[in-house]
Amino acid sequence: MIEIQHIHKNFGRLQVLKDVSLTCNKGQCIALIGPNGCGKTTLIKAILGMVVPSSGNILFNGKNIANDYLYRQNIGYMPQIGRYPENMTIGHIVEMIKHIRKSDQQPDEDLLKAFDLPSLYEKRMRTLSGGTTQKVSATLAFLFNPDVLILDEPTAGLDPLASEILKEKIISEKEKGKLILITSHLLSELDDLVTEIIFMQEGVVQFHKTTSQLMDHTGEQKIAKAIANVLKKQHSEQDN
Amino acid sequence: MILDIVKSKMVIAYAVLLAVLCFSAFNLEDNSTKGVLTVQSIILLTVPLVSLIFSTIYLYNSNEFIELLLGQPVQRKKIWISLFAGLSLSLVIAFLISGGVPLLLYAPSNLALMMILIGCLITVIFVSLACLCAMLTRDKAKGIGIAILIWLFFALLFDGLLLFILFQFADYPIEKPMIALASLSPIDLSRILMQLHMDVSAMMGYTGAIFKDFFGNTLGMSMAILLLVLWIVIPFWISLRKFKRKDL
Repeated sequence: MIEIQHIHKNFGRLQVLKDVSLTCNKGQCIALIGPNGCGKTTLIKAILGMVVPSSGNILFNGKNIANDYLYRQNIGYMPQIGRYPENMTIGHIVEMIKHIRKSDQQPDEDLLKAFDLPSLYEKRMRTLSGGTTQKVSATLAFLFNPDVLILDEPTAGLDPLASEILKEKIISEKEKGKLILITSHLLSELDDLVTEIIFMQEGVVQFHKTTSQLMDHTGEQKIAKAIANVLKKQHSEQDN
Repeated sequence: MILDIVKSKMVIAYAVLLAVLCFSAFNLEDNSTKGVLTVQSIILLTVPLVSLIFSTIYLYNSNEFIELLLGQPVQRKKIWISLFAGLSLSLVIAFLISGGVPLLLYAPSNLALMMILIGCLITVIFVSLACLCAMLTRDKAKGIGIAILIWLFFALLFDGLLLFILFQFADYPIEKPMIALASLSPIDLSRILMQLHMDVSAMMGYTGAIFKDFFGNTLGMSMAILLLVLWIVIPFWISLRKFKRKDL
């Protein structure tokens, strides 16, 4: 579904992505993890066309995304920090995005209702707390039933209740056979969600494995421990 | 998007300020010609400054909004063009209400229509330059600094430079090169265009005198307006090209 071929990206002298190649398919729920500043968000933004790679291609359903924009109809994106025009109300934003998408199918308003956003429709974006802004971002990402969901730190800033709602929504979407790409630092949250793990470090993909492969490999039951295990091994290899 | 800009208090404050300036210009002077002159300098100094600075700040502040739209199936070109159109439209409306209405009320003539047209053009030109400023650097403070420099250059320095060249080369036939030079500044072009429509030849600057010949006829005038339009198109086109390749 998404094919990334030898992507390089540098910001000035800083190399953020070094020869990244990945393939993501339908029905997978992929966790993109790695330390801060390893290029996760840049990679996601490259898929969305917000960052133009220095070299390499990204194919979406077999079509190159360079100079294309319609493919984004099939993507729902929830940014890490969503900031919106301060003077607009939540209602305006939702209406505007609906207008832009011009989708014929009934919008998926589950989250809208679950987060009780309609009661806040008159509030201006400037007055919202960080958590409420995240709720708006999440709602917008799921609103149009996209085939691909890209969630950048979805649960950061959400209260436990809201993050549980979001998690259940992600699981139900996964069961519909959608491709879901999540970045997160809270590894414990990913346990019952993800089927595959991509681990990045300093702009390089260290490994891309299914969770069962990873667990067999390390003999651990939890993702967090398995990753720690892999990191420890790497360290000891470097030391020798 | 336009709603967001129009609702912004800055634009309303700008409209009110402009209206107060223009109405007081006409009410303080018993002679409407003097009022027109005051309004002319408002158009040449205040309008560019506000359009440029406000647009630059607005463009930097809408970075996150652009990011939001880029996640949607929207062409990059379209986002940038609609931002430009929204800014231009709201500032032009503000100018029409607060600058155009007093002009038509107190000094209805061809000159007033010309001044309104030029005021609108100047507004859009400086919005277009603001687009360019916003694309030149990621740093908001730097961008606003560049915007202020551009305004200083066109509003004050350029005329001085022109005068300096005129005096230095006074012995040579430099009328034609001067025409080319003056077209390098949208503010000078507008000043010439407006003053050619006034009876107050005493107010004609040294630059203006040369142009009576050239810009006095219809051909010259349409050329000047065409040049002003180019001042809109070229900076915006460059900024659009940069925007298409920009990382957000």
